[in-house]
Amino acid sequence: MRPSEKPGITLTRAGLAEGVRLTLPILPSMSLFGMAYGAAAAQTSMSLLEAVLSSWIVFAGAAQMVGLELWREDWTLAAILGIALIVGTVNSRLILMGASLHSWLGGLRPLLRWPSLFFLTDASWIISERYRAQGGTDAGIYLGAGLLLWLVWGAVTIPGYLISSLVPDPNKFGLDLVMPLFFILMLVPMWKSSADLVPWCVAGAVASLVWMTVPGYAFIVAGALAGALTAAFLPERARV
Amino acid sequence: MSERIDEWFAITPLSFLAICAMMAATYCCRAGGFWLMQHVPLTARVRRGLAALPGSIVMATVIPLMLRGGWPATIGITLAFLTMLKLRNELVALLAGLAAVAAARAAGL
Repeated sequence: MRPSEKPGITLTRAGLAEGVRLTLPILPSMSLFGMAYGAAAAQTSMSLLEAVLSSWIVFAGAAQMVGLELWREDWTLAAILGIALIVGTVNSRLILMGASLHSWLGGLRPLLRWPSLFFLTDASWIISERYRAQGGTDAGIYLGAGLLLWLVWGAVTIPGYLISSLVPDPNKFGLDLVMPLFFILMLVPMWKSSADLVPWCVAGAVASLVWMTVPGYAFIVAGALAGALTAAFLPERARV
Repeated sequence: MSERIDEWFAITPLSFLAICAMMAATYCCRAGGFWLMQHVPLTARVRRGLAALPGSIVMATVIPLMLRGGWPATIGITLAFLTMLKLRNELVALLAGLAAVAAARAAGL
């Protein structure tokens, strides 16, 4: 592969393979989440083809799940704008993840950089950040993880959809809660020090307040920003 | 059966447009933050905020959904978290959480 623009940042075949390898441990639970999406989609008016296309084109689990609540049979332009707006709100956390990858993916040629951002997900981001925290510089880790997750995510939608057409009430098995369950598990490896506790608790509290008072999904962005701002402006000595 | 298969492959231009609109909104988020950072200086303060962000996103999503889901969600999410803390195995923790939710719902909580 050709050398990238910024010195120090590389993109190698070995990196891609390593990215795939680092992703394998989370593949089972990711697949379960993807199947749950297919299962939930089958409970709406969404066809199998539409569900699979959503997974491969949108490729954003939490937002797809929320989008299902707004999915309908007859579409108007207003409804399309509405679903795009909600999906954008739920995904606004990706704005911040993309921002944190800037110092890294900025080292790639623009022709690689902008398409590679399509594969940004919670999971590939966490894997990449963990790798980078250990001093890694190979952007192949990010891309390898993203590509594997993308392939699997779309594929597992199919069995999930088909199984759910047979199961009358998938919520009985808690499948509607796979997304928050998957999310809370991601918190464990993120834990660095007790300094994280204050912003995280602020995020949870503000999000809950917004959820109780404002309809829709604005609570995610409001809570997340409150947590980040708390960390940014907390005086140094108050940090444990 | 063939009727079933027709249903599986049903799609209209407008529903395809809806999927593409979701994609566009998502890509704007994915690329937007990256683009923004070309214009925002990365001070220590910005860095601290970014570092606290992923955990804040998780908390801001999970806590309200837990409140909305009532006891089954609270029990399931807490158990999944504790299992992960103890065993560091995502699949086992996820299954433990799902089992707890199913049990709590079956018990009528």
